[in-house]
Amino acid sequence: MIRVAWMQLRTQALVVFGALAGLAVVLALTGPHLAHLYDTTVASCASHGTCDTAGDLFLRHDTQLRGLLSILTWVVPVVLGVFWGAPLVARELESGTFRLAWTQSVTRTHWLVTKLALGALATMAAAGLVSLAVTWWASPFDRLTLDRFSPDVFSERGIVAVGYAAFAFTLGVAAGVVIRRTLPAMAVTLVGFVAVRQMFATWVRPLLLAPSHLHVTLGGGTPVGFGKSDSGPFTLWPEPPNLPNAWVYTTRIVDDHGRELTSQALSRACPTLTDLGPRPPTAGGARAVAPAPQQVANALHDCVTKLAASYHEVVTYQPAGRYWTFQWYELAIFLAVATALAGFSVWWVRRRLV
Amino acid sequence: MSAAIETQGLGKRYGRRRWALDGCTLTIPEGRVVALVGPNGAGKTTLLHLAAGLLEPTTGSIDVLGQSPATDPAQLARVGFVAQDAPAYARMTVAQHLRMGESLNPNWDGELAGKRIEQLGLDPGQRAGSLSGGQRAQLALSLAVAKRPELLLLDEPLASLDPLARRDFLRVLMEVVAERGVSVVLSSHLVTDLERVCDHLVVLVGSHVQLAGDVTELLGAHRRISGPRRDPATLPAAMDVIEASHTERQSTLLVRTDETVLDPSWSVAPVALDDLVIAYMGRRDGAAPAPHALEVVQ
Repeated sequence: MIRVAWMQLRTQALVVFGALAGLAVVLALTGPHLAHLYDTTVASCASHGTCDTAGDLFLRHDTQLRGLLSILTWVVPVVLGVFWGAPLVARELESGTFRLAWTQSVTRTHWLVTKLALGALATMAAAGLVSLAVTWWASPFDRLTLDRFSPDVFSERGIVAVGYAAFAFTLGVAAGVVIRRTLPAMAVTLVGFVAVRQMFATWVRPLLLAPSHLHVTLGGGTPVGFGKSDSGPFTLWPEPPNLPNAWVYTTRIVDDHGRELTSQALSRACPTLTDLGPRPPTAGGARAVAPAPQQVANALHDCVTKLAASYHEVVTYQPAGRYWTFQWYELAIFLAVATALAGFSVWWVRRRLV
Repeated sequence: MSAAIETQGLGKRYGRRRWALDGCTLTIPEGRVVALVGPNGAGKTTLLHLAAGLLEPTTGSIDVLGQSPATDPAQLARVGFVAQDAPAYARMTVAQHLRMGESLNPNWDGELAGKRIEQLGLDPGQRAGSLSGGQRAQLALSLAVAKRPELLLLDEPLASLDPLARRDFLRVLMEVVAERGVSVVLSSHLVTDLERVCDHLVVLVGSHVQLAGDVTELLGAHRRISGPRRDPATLPAAMDVIEASHTERQSTLLVRTDETVLDPSWSVAPVALDDLVIAYMGRRDGAAPAPHALEVVQ
């Protein structure tokens, strides 16, 4: 059965992996140049005192290719799910060839499990290779920006793409066996995958591990801003401390009992500041930070010093060291969902398509 | 002799209401070429799909060669199936179809398959999508035959073929039957297609079996009688009227009887197979078929 499954996948697989080989060539040609550029400009900037400009200049390199790779890491799993997964059974049902396939001397369970396994492996390999190549190629940028947990970067690097690919493929197969028609199954796969991946990154990923807390003196090291959002009350906005590659959820100002600084408490403690107020919001801006005239800056400084006696900052965050834990967790969850979808497809083909 | 197909109260319902097959009790003996005949939508395809294991019964049971269909690879290997319109993978070549057959069937006869493709003049490198209907039917038959099954199920194999292709298809089928002694069940909505090749008949009408039996015995048991007009109810009890037509003066009846018709006022003639089938098909709206019509005459 493996021979047959391979025979039916071969042409498409050669096209996909051929295209990936082309991509690998492009990355292999441009990657070493980027790494060299990074070593000679950004890595050695401290000794010249030119780090800000060196970083900015470096980030302007290969912006188009970076954009393309970002799209590609998104697209490869979902395209393979749509074009390999959805038709896997649906096209057989549509064209009637399942009557040929399922009356050979191989049970339909065996037939489907083999096709599922081979297709899933090919999809995972393709997405994994893209992710691997992009992770390697973009590493100079990641070393500069130190923001590996930012939602897009996280999904486009490391091993999670393998899980996305398995999920997209099995989602396609499951949609195909239930809907029994290729085009609608493809549409469902596309929408379903995009929705799930997006929702996972927004709502599920932050819950995978309980965050850590860091207590910092108010205004001790990082600046504190002041302003209001839309018509809300004035608040202080502490900037998070510099935690390279960490994932900062929130930075709040609390007292010793953990109570957050309210706007009433703020105006009681710092009447001068709230009376002065920040500049009105610029048109269209939801938030306006006061780019303080000297008077406001002084009032803010006094206010922070005064509040620091009873308040401090609490940073809620995921430390940088948890990066691979998050990658493995997300991979495991997507693989588990993919396994469930594959099992569901097999069950449906055995029990419902009779 | 064991049965090629044996069903007990077999029924298949699609959705909530539509019974494609209902209360079908039937024994098809082994070693026969069976014509499964009925109008479109009578349940022929459903019966064949149940026998091939593509469908599972809603009610009743079906045994194929003494076992439930498609339970394991060994059972699958014993039954060859050619679906209606002979589906094939459009993008795969003829040769790839044969390789598929080889990979998926333990008893595969590669020599036979290759020889047949050669005899048919099919180009092994041609994609199945560009084959004509007749060529595709021949490819599907070759795949099913090279599997070396004990029972061959063919669903409307002739429907999409022109007369020449029909003749070729049946010739090849008969060669296979003669060489290997396989049992064959083939369906059609026209018995004339199958008259020359079949020796057993099953007539399916409106999801019920109307008639089943050995062709010679069925022909022997039916007579067309004509004579002065009379009410069929006045006929001897041993005569079962299948079809009656009357003119002002004359009655023509198709009757089933095991006895010789002695009444000198009747002229008696044998019945042609297609007339017999059409007569039974015409009974779909009538009363429930007489019990003996459901029994298999062996």
